[in-house]
Amino acid sequence: MSGTFVGMPSFPRAAKEAVHNKTLRDNLRHATHTIRDKRAKAVAELADWAELREAGKQIKDHTLRHLDRYLVQLETRVTEAGGTVHWAADADEANRIVADLVKATGESEVVKVKSMATQEIGLNEALEAEGIAAYETDLAELIVQLGDDRPSHILVPAIHRNRGEIRDIFREKMASWGRAAPHGLSDTPADLAEAARLHLREKFLRAKVGISGANFMVAETGTLVVFESEGNGRMCLTLPETLISVVGIEKVVPTWRDLEVFLQTLPRSSTAERMNPYTSTWTGTTDGDGPRTFHLVLLDNGRTDTLADEVGRQALRCIRCSACLNVCPVYERAGGHAYGSVYPGPIGAILSPQLRGTQSEIDASLPYASSLCGACYEVCPVAIDIPEVLVHLRERVADQGGKGHRLEKAAMKAAGWVLDHPGVLGTGERVASRTRKLHPSKLPGAGAWTRSRELPEMPAEPFRDWWKKNRKPKTDGKKP
Amino acid sequence: MTTDPATDPSAAPGNSSRERILARVRAAVADAPDAPEVTRDYLDTHTPDSAMVDLLAENLADYRAVVHRTDSAGLAELLMRLLAEHGSRTVLVPPGLPPSWLASADPTRIQDREASTAQELDEVDSVVTACAVAIAETGTIVLDGSPDQGRRRISLVPDHHICVVRAPEQVVASVPQAMPRLDPTRPLTWISGPSATSDIELDRVEGVHGPRTLEVVLVED
Ligand code: SF4
Repeated sequence: MSGTFVGMPSFPRAAKEAVHNKTLRDNLRHATHTIRDKRAKAVAELADWAELREAGKQIKDHTLRHLDRYLVQLETRVTEAGGTVHWAADADEANRIVADLVKATGESEVVKVKSMATQEIGLNEALEAEGIAAYETDLAELIVQLGDDRPSHILVPAIHRNRGEIRDIFREKMASWGRAAPHGLSDTPADLAEAARLHLREKFLRAKVGISGANFMVAETGTLVVFESEGNGRMCLTLPETLISVVGIEKVVPTWRDLEVFLQTLPRSSTAERMNPYTSTWTGTTDGDGPRTFHLVLLDNGRTDTLADEVGRQALRCIRCSACLNVCPVYERAGGHAYGSVYPGPIGAILSPQLRGTQSEIDASLPYASSLCGACYEVCPVAIDIPEVLVHLRERVADQGGKGHRLEKAAMKAAGWVLDHPGVLGTGERVASRTRKLHPSKLPGAGAWTRSRELPEMPAEPFRDWWKKNRKPKTDGKKP
Repeated sequence: MTTDPATDPSAAPGNSSRERILARVRAAVADAPDAPEVTRDYLDTHTPDSAMVDLLAENLADYRAVVHRTDSAGLAELLMRLLAEHGSRTVLVPPGLPPSWLASADPTRIQDREASTAQELDEVDSVVTACAVAIAETGTIVLDGSPDQGRRRISLVPDHHICVVRAPEQVVASVPQAMPRLDPTRPLTWISGPSATSDIELDRVEGVHGPRTLEVVLVED
């Protein structure tokens, strides 16, 4: 995976830093609670949610079972429709392919629409090394990129930044990347969005090469689909002469009709909207409308390894809606960066160690970055049993032997961190009890948490309730 | 592992990653149980037909599109008024837009041409298009690049988009009802309210890159 996160501390250490950053925690809590409440309402509008969820799960399982067939069919259709398909076994190969394609156009800058796959492979850095500037055009990605920062949430990557910070970043950095921020820029969201509009429009209107990911690819028709809100996706998919899409092989679905399920479940699970403002679909190239050249790069990069694991492969059903992040008590406290990969939260805790293997300290610790409360499974629109996979991966870490022993110790420390925190613990019973037979010695006792000196710093729910009842309000979560 | 070159356009020597990935996929799922056919127990609609057009209007407005209702006889005058109220001096017109729609409008018509650049489109005040289908439950209009809708870029670059929907023929209740009416080989743009972002402290702001104002005209006869 991406070099971006090399040298990241393991989850417990990173999380410990994060919980001490009050701004981060406050922003994150506000965001996750707002989105999760709205989502519940949007989901409740559909009486057949359970059936849609089951259909989504089945479509993905069926696709994964016959992934070879659907990938070949997709390739055929994209090619027939005027596109060119490339296959990339790993990040280096994908980056090489994209860099060569960009160079072949003679261009040295590209506009990009937010894509987890290209973040995963570290494409921007790889292009930079080849002298190609890649401009992120999603507002949040722009904030992250200008701030020389990393995204912290799948859906709202800059959620760890508040409006004042964003204004400062725009004022200081926009000029060195293109059009400067307007004089006297305020910190109202409308003004900040307008500054981004002006800054980016200049780039869109001259861009010759666009780079995207895709939410879905339809095997039967060769159609790619991008969901978005701002219109930057449409700009990148429509205005450049050349479009390069880098997409994980698990994003394929068999039929056009299958999209009717995800068009209903993805927006509601993700932004809690009935529908996101813009969805674009394209099939190869269309004469006189949109890019004249289209390249699709199909990315493995650990996905076939994940597919080979009969418990873990369900992670490949993920449609990246981020609902599991917003309900996760551990994510809410630790923040996205603590997970050390582009995939944060519960899905990151099962996806990253599978895509990258469990050899590094961070990946060995990720299966422990959870309370196993099961909330992530409940909200997941494709019914991924994340707790089941977490327990399965803990077993894998424990079984590693030799060097694995050290990793297991690091991971156990992470488990200690999780169990150190009462709110996390309080909801952590579901799988813990379900799998007790399997893991009698692998879940440390909870006694240790009472010794933690950091407790008053924790925004953990039951503790906070207790705190409110027992202390004067002025404490405001700070140490007494 | 066998591949059929007839269905396999890039089963060419030198494409080793392709073969490697496909082989790995096959090995990974070799022992997996058969996946059953997908059960589609979900609903085809959540809305009675009689409520469809009202629901479309309501959901469009909920996502801050401005909704107008008229009949064929009132359309040209309504469009003239909307363009005037927006202060538009120029209006972009897709090649197949019925000329009668803009018969009363004052602004200068600008025909979209393949040669016209994005910079030129950026100078235009408004664009008027038809649509392929509208979905009531989600408040969505879908454009498919037909001559009365034009290329994708014309509903993207100008800051003001007026979209005309013929109700009820072009209105469906739900996403499942929309799918068979759309041709996936055409480039489709699904629009639900104007461009928006919630990236700054989750405050919704309309209009980052797409049109900041979306007006939808429902024409009912
Ligand atoms: S695991 Fe499920 S809930 Fe989490 S991002 Fe993926 S699809 Fe959404």
